Amino acid sequence: MTTANMTAALKESPGNNALTFSEEQAMLLDSAKSFCGDKSDINAVRGLLKSDSGYNPNVWHEMVALGWTGIAIPEQYGGFAMGLGSTVPVIESMGRHLLGTALITSTLAAQAILRGGSEAQRQQWLPKIVAGTVGSMALLDNEDWGAKLCGVTATFKGSGSPSEIALSGKKLLVADATVADFFIVSVDHNGNAALAIVEASQLAEGAITANTLIDETKRAATVDFSGVTLQPDALLPHSEQALKDVRLIGALLTAAEATGTSAATLDCIVSYLTSRIQFGRLIGSYQSLKHPTVEILLQMDSARSLIYHAATLFDKGLDEAPVEADTEIACRMAKAQATETLLFAGDRAVQFHGGMGFTYDCDAMLYIRRAQWAQHQYGDAQHHRLHLAKLLLD
Amino acid sequence: MSQDNPSQAEYRAQVAAWMQHNRPADPGFLLPQTFMEVGSERVLEFLREWQHKVWSAGYLGAAWPKKYGGQGMTRDYQRIADEEMKRLQVPICFNVIGLGWAGPLILDNGSDYEKDKYLKGILNADDIWCQGFSEPNHGSDLGSIQTRAERDGDDYLINGSKIWTTMGNYAKYMILLARTDAQAERRYNGLSFFLAPMHRDGITTQPIKKITGEYGFTETFFTDARIPASCIMGEEGQGWRIAMQTLQYERGAEAGAAGGISILSIVMDDLLRMAAEIEREGEPLLQDPVTRDNLVKFMIEEKALQLAEKRTEIPALCRDYPNAIALSGKLRSTEFFRRMRQYALTLQGAQGSLYVGDQDTIGGGFWQRAYLNNFSTTIGGGTSQVQANIIGEHVLGLPKD
Repeated sequence: MTTANMTAALKESPGNNALTFSEEQAMLLDSAKSFCGDKSDINAVRGLLKSDSGYNPNVWHEMVALGWTGIAIPEQYGGFAMGLGSTVPVIESMGRHLLGTALITSTLAAQAILRGGSEAQRQQWLPKIVAGTVGSMALLDNEDWGAKLCGVTATFKGSGSPSEIALSGKKLLVADATVADFFIVSVDHNGNAALAIVEASQLAEGAITANTLIDETKRAATVDFSGVTLQPDALLPHSEQALKDVRLIGALLTAAEATGTSAATLDCIVSYLTSRIQFGRLIGSYQSLKHPTVEILLQMDSARSLIYHAATLFDKGLDEAPVEADTEIACRMAKAQATETLLFAGDRAVQFHGGMGFTYDCDAMLYIRRAQWAQHQYGDAQHHRLHLAKLLLD
Repeated sequence: MSQDNPSQAEYRAQVAAWMQHNRPADPGFLLPQTFMEVGSERVLEFLREWQHKVWSAGYLGAAWPKKYGGQGMTRDYQRIADEEMKRLQVPICFNVIGLGWAGPLILDNGSDYEKDKYLKGILNADDIWCQGFSEPNHGSDLGSIQTRAERDGDDYLINGSKIWTTMGNYAKYMILLARTDAQAERRYNGLSFFLAPMHRDGITTQPIKKITGEYGFTETFFTDARIPASCIMGEEGQGWRIAMQTLQYERGAEAGAAGGISILSIVMDDLLRMAAEIEREGEPLLQDPVTRDNLVKFMIEEKALQLAEKRTEIPALCRDYPNAIALSGKLRSTEFFRRMRQYALTLQGAQGSLYVGDQDTIGGGFWQRAYLNNFSTTIGGGTSQVQANIIGEHVLGLPKD
């Protein structure tokens, strides 16, 4: 029997299948891999589980010194103008070693200001972010990523300065809120979605209530913005587009991080399957364990192709250009694939470790918990497929 | 496609115009998607005529030398012709073993006599070729080949049987892998490669009825069949190496194959076109949320498969498991198509229970046949389960069972 080359049948199908990776990106991937491996071995990860910030401040300073906070920021604002496509290998490497810090949320805050902000706002904030000032995204009003995300209301104040704006309402699951120097908050402003810059110093006493998260490597909090008064120049003038774009970029960066973690999960499974003996055989020789492990590899490969496809499309446009439809499709596909892959990998990692897998000492615990966090950041797979259906089927 | 120089662009337009003008009328039967679906004389003659016509126009074997029936052009031109045939979805060029395997092998390794004797007949479809590698009871394990070829004077005496011989009953020649040395220390070393004539005493074929109810393969029996000793390609014992070399040509015109499309591909767009015509609960099927979610899952998978091939060209993104994509391509794509084609039948509702031949089938039963035929790809060339073992063991380093 001759098997026709089915892969060839796919090759020239319609659609945008751009996938490129530059020398610079490759170098960044290599250095990020070794940095994250050095700074975040599994003992370091476990050592930080009960800490307040969830990360080692010295490592964060080194990351800032390496320039990671400025990768996707244009040169005129002190950044390195490598594009968002170059943050993907860095974030993927962090996911691979469960290395925390506020890099993801700070990168998103920078993107919000770059895409939605005035020139003055960009000049004020972007160089600070490059230098290590931490911004956090405060978007969620409830559990629903499909909502408009403007539950915090921003109303003009009748008294005092006529143009002052008063905020009222809370945001949920605000990443790294306790270490944030400022927040980008999505608000309802005269019935429109708007993004506002709120400095941590403007919050009322006790406004931040830390969450207890299923993923103990992550940190998030409920933040009450009630009572905060803003000047009009705290609003980003191009908020609506920036909000849409940042949600997609958030989905992509979460997908990149999750894909790195899937690779770590696969390593964890393979190392157990090649060392544990039961019934006189290495358990990796059993097809009931071998085949699902292969499936994890294939799913991870899909996720990886999709995140770098999205990364490629981001680097084709101008840094602050609105996200195009092809790129939106790529981000949503990447997120749907990457977090479902990690859910599957983490779930199997626990199961395949048998009794060990049920213990807190087994590292599979870290991965399955991360999987739950990752699936709900910037919309779960079903949310993204719902939007993909509109883009692809209507 | 955008990289065409002016003369290539002109050629592309010329191919497209010719194809559109000469595309055959609906023959009244489902066009074969692959060369494994040539189940009747009627289909055979239709495809033979089409391939002959494409060759006469110069769009098959464009990069093969003129004296052997080609056009002596660069491979880019055949690639362009192939791209246009694929885009316009004209019928396949069905003499696949000749065009893609035996032909390029003879061009590279053959004597002038062999080139004169075989190449033109491959291109113009006068001589159909088949392949005799697999044997009953050995699946795809070529190292276990039992068919014997014993030197007897100026002949080899062939005994044994081959299975899954595509078009074995129509073929004039077979590329045959047989054992010339039963004592060889390494079992691969005892194999030899032949360009064997099929119309010889002692060679019989028995058509195999496929799961689709159609024919396309045969089992081929050799009983003291004599073939001239000159039919051997290379030396005795080199069969395995030559067989492996042959497999490399399959990748298309760039690799030396004569060209022509060998498969009518089915992509998600085809499934969406079918689904667009269907209603469920009185509403368009494409508005049903569950259907939408399932379709998008397939589209994500299709996109990832399309991207995988490109990622292999970027070593920095393949460093963890450098062979993973190459070794998993067959498993992933064939299983994707199997599930996608099955889902097409699910979406057809009650019509999904009809079959080719019923006047009420959607698309003549195209999806029904495509789904059943797809098992040839998840079984042939190493079953999906064997593929998963190979990936587990060779990519992930898991122990053998």
